[in-house]
Amino acid sequence: MPEPIEPYEEGRAIAATGGGGATDLAMAEAETLEKTPGGPKGTGPDKKPRSLWSDAWHDLRRNPVFIVSGLIILFLVVISIWPSLIASGDPLDCDLAKAQEGSQPGHPFGFNGQGCDVYTRTVYGARTSVTVGVLATLGVALLGSVLGGLAGFFGGAWDGVLSRITDVFFAIPVVLGGLVLLSVVTSSTVWPVIGFMVLLGWPQISRIARGSVITAKQNDYVQAARALGASNSRMLLRHITPNAVAPVIVVATIALGTYIALEATLSYLGVGLKPPTVSWGIDISSASQYVRNAPHMLLWPAGALAITVLAFIMLGDAVRDALDPKLR
Amino acid sequence: MGRYVIRRLLQMIPVFFGATLLIFLMVNVMGDPIAGLCGDRACDPATAAQLKKEFGLDKPVWQQYLTYMGNVFTGDFGTAFNGQPVTELMAQSFPVTLRLTIVAILFEIVIGISLGVVTGLKRGRPVDTTVLLLTLVVLSVPTFVTGLLVQLLLGVKWGWIKPAVSPEATFSELIVPGLVLASVSLAYVTRLTRTSIAENKRADYVRTAVAKGLPRRRVISRHLLRNSLIPVVTFIGADVGALMGGAIVTERIFNIHGVGLQLYNGIVRQSTQTVVGFVTILVLIFLLANLLVDLLYAVLDPRIRYA
Repeated sequence: MPEPIEPYEEGRAIAATGGGGATDLAMAEAETLEKTPGGPKGTGPDKKPRSLWSDAWHDLRRNPVFIVSGLIILFLVVISIWPSLIASGDPLDCDLAKAQEGSQPGHPFGFNGQGCDVYTRTVYGARTSVTVGVLATLGVALLGSVLGGLAGFFGGAWDGVLSRITDVFFAIPVVLGGLVLLSVVTSSTVWPVIGFMVLLGWPQISRIARGSVITAKQNDYVQAARALGASNSRMLLRHITPNAVAPVIVVATIALGTYIALEATLSYLGVGLKPPTVSWGIDISSASQYVRNAPHMLLWPAGALAITVLAFIMLGDAVRDALDPKLR
Repeated sequence: MGRYVIRRLLQMIPVFFGATLLIFLMVNVMGDPIAGLCGDRACDPATAAQLKKEFGLDKPVWQQYLTYMGNVFTGDFGTAFNGQPVTELMAQSFPVTLRLTIVAILFEIVIGISLGVVTGLKRGRPVDTTVLLLTLVVLSVPTFVTGLLVQLLLGVKWGWIKPAVSPEATFSELIVPGLVLASVSLAYVTRLTRTSIAENKRADYVRTAVAKGLPRRRVISRHLLRNSLIPVVTFIGADVGALMGGAIVTERIFNIHGVGLQLYNGIVRQSTQTVVGFVTILVLIFLLANLLVDLLYAVLDPRIRYA
């Protein structure tokens, strides 16, 4: 069977030059270490040719797509931590008498079917989406890159077994798996949804991590380290991980957006998050019944959801362009 | 070629059993399979025990799975919550979802690949930027939001289509739901084709084809496109399974009586046999579609040979 074509292969060859301006590298690390385990380590303050990471950061700083999406995400993170900064009301403070009413002073987005303020709920919904997206991505990236990376590095029986297991997971449609697994969950917290996403999402990352570790393993400097008697853990941590992590970061960033969309889809189907959790998916779902008379109830949370997903996809695109020299 | 197909079919066996076992465990361990059988009330303990014995639910899970699979291979998928055989439900719903999926795949192939070719050839020009922005917008709006908006605008406000599809679900009724179902994949196909075309545009064989004086149209369709299609075909092949399984959302919005709706009902009513039966067929379709894709590689790129 021909292996699927893996992009980014040439990215790591450039990363092999290592080193780089310490400050640039630190910033690039700050970008990357948040999302994946074991990022690159700085090798000292001496001036060497720029590494893939500092090169990528150099590119990103000048990329308007990165700046715009970064600002949107920064804003989302800030209002998820302190929603009261821009919304003074309580998202659970509802007045049935005002149900479905349109925009009025102090309530720019109007009221939903239960008479709750749509603006406040839209602002508070950001926290749920960002939490689910970030935690699910972290879990998937960690589990996937550890399992896939080890399989790629050691090969052998475990590699074969893992490849078959990922095949099994790929054969089950995600939304379907979510419906089956989450339909019996009664908890209204975000944890079952995150757990489900990690359970069904890790094979995607593990396949990519496996491929990129296999490519990195064949590089001359890894062979040299092996010849010099480096231990397996040293080769993995010092030589392979920094050079194999780029594709994982790219895919994880884009996946973050899709997890946010998936949470909303599952909530729409009634198996994701449940009230009293405030979530865009729940709000869109309940608004869809009244969409003919009061479309505003649907449009605001849907717009917020779309902008959030868009920001993460754009960020992933920008990071990929910066890390993949083939496209230049 | 023949030996390759046989090897691939053999490789599919563990994946098939793994996936069906996984879904069987999910349904059985997580849910209570007899909870849906006594109507909305809970079963009294005596009836519950009786039902469990009748369905073999008092046996260990692996034994239940083997019995179930044994029945499946003799064509017995069990009965749904309303006493109808699951095979009957399948005969009603699979043709509908198949039509919906065909419409969606056609949109992906026709619109996705042509947009990808145009943007890949004109990389960096205004048309490229516009289409790229459009694909980003489509990618970032989840299917259920697109579906609800399309239904609101085309179905309710402007009256171009009927907001709900009739039980017959003819091809003409499925055009708009098919487009909604395809939307996200359509954007992926466009972007994949674009990247692939842009990469191959500078390949040696393209320069040779141009140098020997072939017309531009022929260079693009026979040399450039054919070689650029491999990642696209991979994606579309894997998408067949995803579309059929993901049709749950689209079918719910447009009230299409297909696989997704049956599965949704089965899950809500905790009808184990319906869910596992439908998923088994979906997994089979997914695996066969992927095999077909691998065989298509050799057609697209003659350098790939299967021994």
